[in-house]
Amino acid sequence: MRELGVGKPVRRVEDDQLIRGFGNYTDDDVPNAAAFMHVVRSPHAAAKIAGVNSTEARAKSGVLAVLTADDLEHMNIQPIGSKVPYARAGGEPYLATPYLPLARGQVAYPGDAVAIVIAESPGIAADAAELVEVDYELTDFVTDVRAATAESALRVWSDHPDNVCFAADCGDADACAEAFDKADRIVEATYEISRIATVSMEPRVATGSFDRRSGRYTLRAGLQMPHETGRDIAGALGISPHDVHVISPDVGGGFGMKLALYQEYILVLIASRITSRPVRWMSTRSESFQSDQQARDNVSKVALALDAHGQFLALRVKTLANLGAYVGQWSLHVPGGNVGGLAGPYTIGAFDVSVTGVLTNSVPVGPFRGAGRPEASYCIERIVDEAARQMNIDPAELRRRNLVQPDAMPYDTGLVFTYDSGDFPAILDKTLAASDWDGFAARREASERAGKLRGRGMAFVIESAGGPAPRAFDEHVELRFDTSGVCSVMAGSHSHGQGHETVYRQLAAEHLGMPFDQVRVIYGDTQAVTHGRGSFGSRTMMAGGAAFIGAAQKIVEKGRKFAAHFMEVDAAEITFEEGIFSHAASNKSMTMSEVAQSSYIPFILAEDMEVGLWASCASSGGGITFPNACHISEVEIDPATGTTAVASYTVTEDVGNVVNPLLLEGQIQGGVAQGLGQALMERIVVDPDSGQQLTGSLLDYALPRADHINRIEVHSHPVPTALNPMGSKGAGEAGCVGALPAVSNAVCDALAREGAPMPDMPFSPERVWRALSQANAKRQSA
Amino acid sequence: MYTFDYKRPNDTAKAAELLKIEDDGAIMSGGMTLLPTMKQKLAAPSALIDITAIADLQGIDRVSDDTLRIKACTTHANVAASDEVRLFCVALAKLANGIGDPAVRHRGTIGGSVANNDPAADYPAAVMALGRTVITQNRQIAASDFFVGMFETALDEGEILTAIDFARPTRAGYGKFPNPASRYAMAGVMIAQFADNDIRVAVTGAGNDGVFRWTALEEALANEWGIASIDAAAIDEATLLSDMHGAADYRGALIRAMAKEALQAAG
Amino acid sequence: MTTTKFTVNGVAVSAEAEDRTLLVSYLREHLRLTGTHVGCDTSQCGACMVHVDGRAVKSCTVLVAQMQDRAIMTIEGVADGDDLHPVQAAFREHHGLQCGYCTPGMIMTAMDMIRRHGPELDEETIKADLEGNICRCTGYVNIVKSIRAAAQNMAAADS
Repeated sequence: MRELGVGKPVRRVEDDQLIRGFGNYTDDDVPNAAAFMHVVRSPHAAAKIAGVNSTEARAKSGVLAVLTADDLEHMNIQPIGSKVPYARAGGEPYLATPYLPLARGQVAYPGDAVAIVIAESPGIAADAAELVEVDYELTDFVTDVRAATAESALRVWSDHPDNVCFAADCGDADACAEAFDKADRIVEATYEISRIATVSMEPRVATGSFDRRSGRYTLRAGLQMPHETGRDIAGALGISPHDVHVISPDVGGGFGMKLALYQEYILVLIASRITSRPVRWMSTRSESFQSDQQARDNVSKVALALDAHGQFLALRVKTLANLGAYVGQWSLHVPGGNVGGLAGPYTIGAFDVSVTGVLTNSVPVGPFRGAGRPEASYCIERIVDEAARQMNIDPAELRRRNLVQPDAMPYDTGLVFTYDSGDFPAILDKTLAASDWDGFAARREASERAGKLRGRGMAFVIESAGGPAPRAFDEHVELRFDTSGVCSVMAGSHSHGQGHETVYRQLAAEHLGMPFDQVRVIYGDTQAVTHGRGSFGSRTMMAGGAAFIGAAQKIVEKGRKFAAHFMEVDAAEITFEEGIFSHAASNKSMTMSEVAQSSYIPFILAEDMEVGLWASCASSGGGITFPNACHISEVEIDPATGTTAVASYTVTEDVGNVVNPLLLEGQIQGGVAQGLGQALMERIVVDPDSGQQLTGSLLDYALPRADHINRIEVHSHPVPTALNPMGSKGAGEAGCVGALPAVSNAVCDALAREGAPMPDMPFSPERVWRALSQANAKRQSA
Repeated sequence: MYTFDYKRPNDTAKAAELLKIEDDGAIMSGGMTLLPTMKQKLAAPSALIDITAIADLQGIDRVSDDTLRIKACTTHANVAASDEVRLFCVALAKLANGIGDPAVRHRGTIGGSVANNDPAADYPAAVMALGRTVITQNRQIAASDFFVGMFETALDEGEILTAIDFARPTRAGYGKFPNPASRYAMAGVMIAQFADNDIRVAVTGAGNDGVFRWTALEEALANEWGIASIDAAAIDEATLLSDMHGAADYRGALIRAMAKEALQAAG
Repeated sequence: MTTTKFTVNGVAVSAEAEDRTLLVSYLREHLRLTGTHVGCDTSQCGACMVHVDGRAVKSCTVLVAQMQDRAIMTIEGVADGDDLHPVQAAFREHHGLQCGYCTPGMIMTAMDMIRRHGPELDEETIKADLEGNICRCTGYVNIVKSIRAAAQNMAAADS
């Protein structure tokens, strides 16, 4: 089994189905009798709902039901709220929002759900939706996060004292102020981290069914944490979690966006109960720009204090985070939960960090790959580059002077996190060598000869994985052998592209000696899998892997007892290796599958033996870990059009022990592409006059395509963590965390060399061209 | 999409008749613009009259030494891959090969693109710079008179574009800067030189009123065929589009940059 | 309602559907060929790619009524029984997919690309011809690698 074990570039098991078109995504398997739901959404940023007239829509042939907030009122549905408790400055709880399945009395962003139409076909539902007359009385709105915090700002929700949903401070403001007083150099900047859309290729989809006989609901939807979502739906509806069965089959990408409970998941269930039909909903891509939680959207004021040698003395970061109109389940965690990342891999004397979460009349904001980590890394890594520029120190050298040394581990950063392991200087050296850092000048000259500008950017990033900090969530794995000797891995984690079907089999090969075809991996069904948390925060190999190992150890011990009985030898003399229980003295042996099969034959068991072989384990994997990486990117800019091409990209990752290097490389490459996308092109644009989103479809929202990406070279420098039995640190978000600052720094480097101002992301062709034009104009007037 | 009736006539006269009968019929060729527009509910014709089954509307003919006729329902892929087109004017084949993506080029047609006159489409630049005549079932329209304004052409109600005649340039080139999201042209510039140093420069994607001739550059290139002429030629930014993807001054810069690409390609 | 006759993966189909029915809807809803996906509504993502008479076409931007006498191939018709098509095999070998949602479209586009360009298919051409296919997981690196390898493997198998 060694060739399929941990550490090998095993080809994915799940691919065979997916490449044949036999995937099983939510909308691929639907009941014949299903009706279709269409959501009527607000076209306005803010309005009072004076009335809804759905008479004409209800009368249309093929329409089964039209529901508004009034129709749901008697159900006493509980609003969706934050899963993590945050507070306002005075200590009172965060400002909750009336995040109900349908808006009642007021809409608060363009896209807010007002009514649903259930009909025999999607076409009829859409046509009928246009017949629903909503009487909107327009009110003023605020979409900009700075404007929303102004003294005179109008309130998104009139029963709130202001728009500040929560505020969090950390660090030591006094110590920080003292350090700034003593500093030889203070470098300051304000960074806008643009709002982006996730655009998972499979849009959000759901089918709801209500079974009248049992009184139970079944939700089939693309979800990252099906168990959690089931419990939360039960909570919202005031029913037992046992009565909500959730199935999350193949999912076409999640990236954090599919963690949250959304209104439509509750609506399809209610609609099914009311119409006595299964009800399908599939958002169109344009609708997803209104109804999927968006991400990022911060303004951060950053100041770094240094001494004359470039030692980092203190860091001050004040962030305004736009939360949108409603508080989603994880909306507050994103800006609040990952501020520890601001410390980077550096020794920084003191911190003064504050985050203010602000409500605005915009689409609610939630996690997207990195969920606060890319934002934090962007702040520290851009300001470090800026300091290097101002002090005329090589940016790699400036970083080197401040890196936490391996012998300082465990290292308490002074800002939330304590790093357990890592060898940052080695990773820096490896990346410098791999990217030919010293050869940059020659490459720049070559670019210039071709009429292009060349820039180089570095980002050394560290992130928390397996959180939220400080207490990691558990994951649950049950190993269940059946009478055929096949092992079912029942995992509470969820795979939506990560390749869990393969890596759990690798663990089964490694720890149980099971061949791949004797293992099934089952997840995403709350009825099949007893307990689960789901996949988020780069955690599955840490927590799920630890749970697997815990369960596997129990299986081996149970199996050893069975084997001793079947082979009639002393259990203490049995060894287990490569899937075989052996007894050297008698030369007897049995495979794990044979033992499992025999364990179900009652008359060969001892009387005190329980039939069957299974075991389960829940584990949090020993706590959060800190994957870290050095990213170096070089870009080439065409000054005539402002177009930036990423000429080279090199990463050295420490994600601890690697289960499958092929999949790790894929995760890093995919993450880098998303970070690069935000750095160079992605941005949600809202019209300040109407509050409407101008980027309402893929015609206006730019995404990376194949021709934007050159080679992404991934190197590994694992420093295993001792915190979990896997020695793994988490890999899912790492690429995205580093790419945002690395690509941005490279563009800024090229602009700075031209004396051009450095705009904010995305460094779109027009912005880069404009910055270069301004530099040209300045040169000409000088 | 709203409901509509689908018709598939096999001659142009029948198509014209259907168009007359229908309240609000629309001619569809490849449907690459029309169907997405209808999916967004921005258009709601009562009937779609699919003209791709009409044999007379397919094909590419070299009608004379200096005239190439491309019939309305010829796909972008077929124009791009046509030896006839390449021999006649390689810039035209290259333009066709840069429209949309391979799948769009398999369906989208020259007639549909030109008749729609999307301000960000590529073909209008080709027709304005290289086109001689736009042919309909009723008449021949001088290419220079065809484009009237954004999404507006000289086609009368009920008139069906059947073919376009292109004039053979001595040299020509096309440069296109695609919108980062939609990949339609943010600036597309076709430069063509004909016998007697007759020069035409057509710009698509950037104008407030759709495709336009950049006469200042035509004159400058007639005097001196070179990059310097592009730097010197004036552009009236007041006539250029401004949107979230690029303000007018940026579009002006793109036009110059694409003109340089076009000139280089023309040789 | 129009009745349209065509073949899908070699099987004759007589489709009776509302005139506004898109090909992708017919394939998914009526024929239950759910390997063809929908990822956008503006004809950009390519998740719905099929072949019509051997050429890649976005099935979200054609009506089923336009398919009279056409031969359609969907992702389900690509493999020869248990034997994967070389393009499918290359995607697996080179980890060219993660969530798999864009993958059928990528494979249909890749086959069309190899048909048009042959074994000489280079990286730049692959990237340019992937203009109409969006992937959010892989960063495209391994998709490009897979297509290149498939083109070479197919040429080697032919010679």
